[in-house]
Amino acid sequence: MANVHLEIKNLRARIEEKEILKGLTLEIKGGEIHAIMGPNGTGKSTLASTLMGHPKYEVTEGSVSLNGEDVLEMDVTERARAGLFLAMQYPSEITGVTNSDFLRSAINAKRGEGNEISLMKFIRELDGKMGTLEMDESFAHRYLNEGFSGGEKKRNEILQMMMLQPSLCILDEIDSGLDIDALKIVAKGVNEMRSEDRGFLIITHYQRLLDYITPDFVHVMMQGRIVKSGGPELAARLEAEGYDWIKAELGIEDETVNANL
Amino acid sequence: MSVDTQLRFDREAITAYSQANQEPAWFLEKRLAAFDAAQTLELPKLEKTKLDNWNTDQFQPFVTADKAANAAALDEVVKDQIDEAQASSLIVQKNASVVLATLADDIKAQGVIYTDIQTAVREHGDLVQKYLNQAVQADEHRIAALHQAVINGGVFLYVPKNTEVSVPLQAVYQVAGDGALVSPHIIIVAENHSRVTYVDTYVSGEGQGMVAQSIVEVFVGAGAHVQVASVRSLSTDVTDYTFRRAIVEQDGKMEWILGEMNAGNTVANNTSVLKGRGSHADTKSITIGLGSQRQNLTSQVQHIGTHTESSMLSKAVMTDEAVAILNGITKIEKGAEKANGEQAENILMLSPQARGDANPILLIDEDDVKAGHAASVGRFSEESLYYLMSRGISRKEAERLIILGFLDPVVAEIPVEEVRNRLRQALERKLAR
Repeated sequence: MANVHLEIKNLRARIEEKEILKGLTLEIKGGEIHAIMGPNGTGKSTLASTLMGHPKYEVTEGSVSLNGEDVLEMDVTERARAGLFLAMQYPSEITGVTNSDFLRSAINAKRGEGNEISLMKFIRELDGKMGTLEMDESFAHRYLNEGFSGGEKKRNEILQMMMLQPSLCILDEIDSGLDIDALKIVAKGVNEMRSEDRGFLIITHYQRLLDYITPDFVHVMMQGRIVKSGGPELAARLEAEGYDWIKAELGIEDETVNANL
Repeated sequence: MSVDTQLRFDREAITAYSQANQEPAWFLEKRLAAFDAAQTLELPKLEKTKLDNWNTDQFQPFVTADKAANAAALDEVVKDQIDEAQASSLIVQKNASVVLATLADDIKAQGVIYTDIQTAVREHGDLVQKYLNQAVQADEHRIAALHQAVINGGVFLYVPKNTEVSVPLQAVYQVAGDGALVSPHIIIVAENHSRVTYVDTYVSGEGQGMVAQSIVEVFVGAGAHVQVASVRSLSTDVTDYTFRRAIVEQDGKMEWILGEMNAGNTVANNTSVLKGRGSHADTKSITIGLGSQRQNLTSQVQHIGTHTESSMLSKAVMTDEAVAILNGITKIEKGAEKANGEQAENILMLSPQARGDANPILLIDEDDVKAGHAASVGRFSEESLYYLMSRGISRKEAERLIILGFLDPVVAEIPVEEVRNRLRQALERKLAR
């Protein structure tokens, strides 16, 4: 898995009749952390959902490949098994399925029949990772996300990511609704997973998260495409000066697309 | 079957069976009176289900079976339902015979009676007579009368006051063979401040045109706590009728946990009568509708005493062309001040051809009460499926997890681990099809 390589070329996607991604190109390799920033409603979350295969988004043009394989040809399950992971902004609540049963099903689904994880090993790993994320052990036996606070859901997304060890991790506004302590804990979990065998795409509004997870590349997204790329210093400038200077520089009219469902 | 169809048994057959079991004369008289009454009584009136074309009376009531020397000698289909190591207090009935009856010595030493109904009428006749038909009368409708005439088993459970039975008492009812009937009458008496759990399962063997009809009468004394859990896994060849009713005295608590996992047509009515002040009833039931199965499942609570509380939760998963009518009836009588009754029916529809009706019915004759209901009929959430699939779980497995999860709030409440596991297995079997 040493050569993780996600290639997004000229991606266009729409929800119902509305085009939201308008020709987005991005390349992520193992060991790299990419951050995508941008004002609300410019298509950041649509990019995340489209990559994962959310049924409401339709790709009209362009290509996405992971390690040379065509991602757009895969269903959601296959994308996950190929190594994609999306920490969602609004994870579903599933009654009656405990967190630990769900995680074990997910791990075993990936490992395949006859190669299931032993219960002891699973519990050991789960305990360890819940420790890192400072989650109470009762979370293992609670129903998946049901009655979790916003912050607890976010932590639970990171827990799943740590347990499943995907090769390409997409974090969709994982920092929204987190207080500073929770943010640090989530960042610790992400940093623990940094590896040459793994790429990250972090979608955020705020510089704040990037104080704790240092990105290699920062991209600004507006009107459904990436309009500017740079290093961590770009994020710092956005935090200080906002987005208007980019709009001015590129002559972009102040109009956003509606990315919400 | 129309009412003029010949029955396959008569007064002589009933008398012969009663005498073979050395029943006292009073019990035979009750049977024969009910048999006569059955000729003119009407079938029960159900919400949205007509029983005219159901098999309500075409069966052979007195098919006998050999006794089992021990639990190891039971039929496989029965052994699947029990944990032999845990089965120290167990009654097993096959058709019209008790094939096994054991009671742990330490429970016996507490003064608890747990025996098959025929032994009970012989050895504890006065006690049985005191309670028989006090909750469910034999002349309420034709099925109750037919049942009374041909009671071919069941159990009598008596718990003296202030006695806690620490382990669940178990029973398995089996019907097998063409036209066979299992018709247990179950009486549970929990005297004041006692506590007991009774768990039964219903299974069927090979055969066509089989019938199960059971009546359960529970008497919860003041401050007593009774749990009844029942898992029914009868095949498509069995038509099943069940009427369960509990009468709860002051501060008593009745809990029902019902797994309606039959594959065939089913009528079940489950009623708690909250007679005493501060008495409490909790009913949870689940079902999976399959094939062309028809089910009419009613949960009912009658609030009579003041400060009585009830909650009912019914969940159904409907597949294929199955039909299920889920009735929830909360009745609060005049004078039942400060009563509080809550009910919810949730149906998950998996097939456009299936039908699931949730009927919450509130009948309230007192002002100073609280009552509420919530009914929902829904389909799979695509968002939930997407979420599970995004973690590498296949669509089929994701659907399975959501269905099991939908039912789990009831399954998790089953008091006996073995029965809980059996119910989960029954669920998996029904879903695997």
